[in-house]
Amino acid sequence: MKPAPFAYEAPRSVEDALGALGEDARVLAGGQSLVPMMNFRIARPERLIDINRIEALSYLRDDAGALRIGALTRQAALERSELVADGWPLLRQAVRYVGHPQIRTRGTVGGSVAHADPAAELPVALTALDARFHVRSPRGTRTLRADGLFVFHLTTALEPDELLVEIEVPPAPAGARMAFAEYARTHGDFAIAGAAVVLVPHERCAVALLGAGPTPIRATDAEQAAAAGAAPAEVGALAADGVEGDHQRALIAELVRRAMSEALA
Amino acid sequence: MRIVAEVNGTPVQGDVEPRTLLSDFLRHDLRLTGTHVGCEHGVCGACTVQVDGEPVRSCVMFAVQIDGRSVRTVEALADGDLHPLQRAFHEAHALQCGFCTAGFLMSLEPFLREHPDPSEGEVREALAGNLCRCTGYEAIVEAVIAAARELR
Repeated sequence: MKPAPFAYEAPRSVEDALGALGEDARVLAGGQSLVPMMNFRIARPERLIDINRIEALSYLRDDAGALRIGALTRQAALERSELVADGWPLLRQAVRYVGHPQIRTRGTVGGSVAHADPAAELPVALTALDARFHVRSPRGTRTLRADGLFVFHLTTALEPDELLVEIEVPPAPAGARMAFAEYARTHGDFAIAGAAVVLVPHERCAVALLGAGPTPIRATDAEQAAAAGAAPAEVGALAADGVEGDHQRALIAELVRRAMSEALA
Repeated sequence: MRIVAEVNGTPVQGDVEPRTLLSDFLRHDLRLTGTHVGCEHGVCGACTVQVDGEPVRSCVMFAVQIDGRSVRTVEALADGDLHPLQRAFHEAHALQCGFCTAGFLMSLEPFLREHPDPSEGEVREALAGNLCRCTGYEAIVEAVIAAARELR
């Protein structure tokens, strides 16, 4: 037995899950990060609330042009979705960097978000897409933006009695071009740096960075320059400005340059 | 906790602690030792099995989670004769010690169903989640491409 003992509950509805949450409990979604941590006994939850039986949390829906992603939607479903590929190709690009196929069949979109690993791709892509994160608790519901949700390494603003239930991605602006670039030691390994770009040439641009801090970060100076038509290398240099560490700074500059070039191509 | 599932087409029952990993349930309770356990934290891919047809790592899933579901392990792959993928591994010398092989096979079988004519690059990406410390992968890639050809 690798993990420490825990009490196990597998609610079938969101209401039942909300009733079970608490200080001593952890939510088990795909388990591709939590279970390894439990195998190492870095994580020793007293109670595990397995939400995998809540089918109502697994969906990808077009809602008046916005994409609604149920928190339990598998990464593989995101990867295979034509709806996603057509409207938000950045998400398909980014999800292909998440682990390996055997990880993505179990791993969930909501789990990636709630785990808040600074090396995770989906939070960065969702940050670039201005996603909204819908959260429920017995006290009610609330909606967070990326800058309010991601607090620090592996830390979100979610309270122990709160469950992330849905991620809403607004319609991509007309004419938007998107690209994701990352650097990892080998394909599927934890990313060391990365960049997500959503660009409407000569109008607006979003640049979100992976590896520039403990959470996904929007490079606002670079975004303004990109919206005004700056060249990819210049946008990259602005995005990397202030990033700690020579190597990390060089990686960010280059990856933003690549993502910008791809978006413009 | 009591669980009822289907493993390799046969109904099975078990009585497990919630913390029992699926890999341990398969090996210790069901004695299906073809599923190997390597890193036990979801990196090496040796323990890959299929749950409801999808490849998953059985060391980062709990046995209680297969209740009501269908699991397939490497023991189900050969049907009297070796599966074309197994035969291709044999012929291309795509294994030496064989420890990682079951995981490769269970990952690649659904991959070939989805990608009947994969490029070499696609094959390399498909097997990136499985570590082999003997062959250096060249022979494995060769075997997968040969198996794909035969399965088409």
